[in-house]
Amino acid sequence: MNVIEATGLGKRYGSTQALRACSLAIPEGHVTALVGPNGAGKSTLLNLAVGLSAPSEGTLTVLGGRAPGSLAALDGIAFVAQDTPLYKHLSAGDMLHLTRNLNRCFDRAYAEARLAELGIPQKRKAGRLSGGQQAQLALTLALARRPRLLVLDEPVAMLDPIARHDFMASVLTAAVDDGVSVLLSSHVLAELERVADYLIVMSSGRIQVAGEVDDLLANHRVLTGPTAEACRYVERPVVQVGGGGAQAHLLVRATADTRSPRAGRRTRSASKSSPWPTCASPTPPRCPARSARAMTTRRR
Amino acid sequence: MTALRTMSEPALVEQGANPPPLPWRRMAWVTWRQHRTALIAVLAVLGALALCLWIVGVKLHHAYAAATACHPASSAACGAVVANFNAIGNFLSNGVVFLVLPPLIGAFVGAPILAREFEAGTFRYAWTQGFGRWRWTVAKLVALGAAVTAATGGLSVLASWYYQPYFASGRRSPALTTFNPLSPGVFVQRGVDFAAWTLAAFAIGALAGALIRRVVPAIVTTLAVGGLLAVATGGWLRMRYLTPLVTRGVNAPASARIVSQWGSRGGRVLFTGPPTFPIYQQYCPAQAGLGKFGGPTSSGNPLQCLVQHGFTLWTSYQPASRFWAFQWIEGGGLLALSVVLIAATVLVVRRRPA
Repeated sequence: MNVIEATGLGKRYGSTQALRACSLAIPEGHVTALVGPNGAGKSTLLNLAVGLSAPSEGTLTVLGGRAPGSLAALDGIAFVAQDTPLYKHLSAGDMLHLTRNLNRCFDRAYAEARLAELGIPQKRKAGRLSGGQQAQLALTLALARRPRLLVLDEPVAMLDPIARHDFMASVLTAAVDDGVSVLLSSHVLAELERVADYLIVMSSGRIQVAGEVDDLLANHRVLTGPTAEACRYVERPVVQVGGGGAQAHLLVRATADTRSPRAGRRTRSASKSSPWPTCASPTPPRCPARSARAMTTRRR
Repeated sequence: MTALRTMSEPALVEQGANPPPLPWRRMAWVTWRQHRTALIAVLAVLGALALCLWIVGVKLHHAYAAATACHPASSAACGAVVANFNAIGNFLSNGVVFLVLPPLIGAFVGAPILAREFEAGTFRYAWTQGFGRWRWTVAKLVALGAAVTAATGGLSVLASWYYQPYFASGRRSPALTTFNPLSPGVFVQRGVDFAAWTLAAFAIGALAGALIRRVVPAIVTTLAVGGLLAVATGGWLRMRYLTPLVTRGVNAPASARIVSQWGSRGGRVLFTGPPTFPIYQQYCPAQAGLGKFGGPTSSGNPLQCLVQHGFTLWTSYQPASRFWAFQWIEGGGLLALSVVLIAATVLVVRRRPA
């Protein structure tokens, strides 16, 4: 089953084409990272997937053929929007009760245990929690719904590094323990590269690359070298060109001669601030959670 | 796997593409928890008004009973009793409170429902829950609309009771104060009008919130639109619900509401409203300085003078007996408007991309 399947998907806001000709199929059981610079169309794609907006062209189905936003789709998808919106004047406990009332499934015991574990008092108003706690509360509400797909829009953008780490650990635990498919977006690749096993790269409203991380790593290289020589690679399948001045970065599909470094040119891992995917490292660091995940055979 | 986990697996989602929707009653607590401050504030204001009406109303009814029981009516003692009744008067200052409350309720209960969700971004939370986006909207609008309508309707019942002595027919002293049941201030307080205006203002607020998506501008818009609609209806539209009755002369029944007056001569309408100065100058120069539908003066009745010169004076009016017809026309119209506006709000929520 594909948790998300799109064909020729496009979204237009007035005269702005936020998303165009987007076709993809994300299989179940992956932690999928949707990366790209700001304005690439990530939030647009996620809003379409959770049914908050409707596509201008093309088709999109979720959870194996369901219409986004339909009751069947809403039941199975939990969404944590950007900046984790919560009712600030409601207490954490009220937010639990609210979410329980609004959903068919809600594992109250799990949610309460998780808040206790995180040290979030149920009496405290959501607006008075720290940023990290608000994000964790929103994630708790989403996970307690026992979704089949968890969609997170820029979940850690506002968090400090420690809260970021804790949050991503929580997401991964859910993915591993409960087999939840996860789709999360970010404009900073660094926060996703250790957790995702499926990668979608977007820029200017288009999908540039989509596939399993292992395959992408095997087949793509980032080349960095003098701009003057960049044109030598134009005949290759170049995915993205960037950089300025004397240095140029090329993301290319790997061929025999780029797999091994040559004189005057080197392959390397793109810097973490790079807006492009890091695909060059031949053996990416694997966190224990992912290994455990692989052993559960939920992955395809 | 605990039993809890097994239970919480989305079995229904697995079985069929169309699980039954969640029951509407799930929204009861949600709506109450999110809007209880506004609802309590509305109930507090209406409650305070009801208390005033009750306290003054009891006094008024006692005074009225004393005034009608008094014999002989022309005695000085009875005059004092009647004066006591008349002194209580219309303490609600001609129903201004009842004219102002519906737009206020619409602005502070209706407008924030959707505007606040958009402004805080929480619609992204609310509309991605299993209850469903348009059902969430319908549940909130219907529950809150019904609540404010019922509360204001209850106050109207009390107000109708309060005003009974002013409209009671039968044996009563002519010195007792009466009100015109069709005058704007009194009309909105009795019958179904107050509740209907509240519902309409609530619906205006809800739609304004859905379209404007900001709390303060939506509140201001609701106050402006609701106020304008009330002024236009009270000042112009209401007197045209049914064709006014027309009578020759200037004296309509005391309880009727006069729509317009005019004078004609030889089949041609020569003036509307009070006779104009040039008319007097032309036909009755002696009365030219008087104007208005004045009474007899030392130089004679000016209107009488015009009649003597071949003028016919006309008055069109709405009789007090049309009170309930007007109540149902206005109440029905406002109910229809509210249904249309609420349906439009739900459509906006359903269609408009977030």
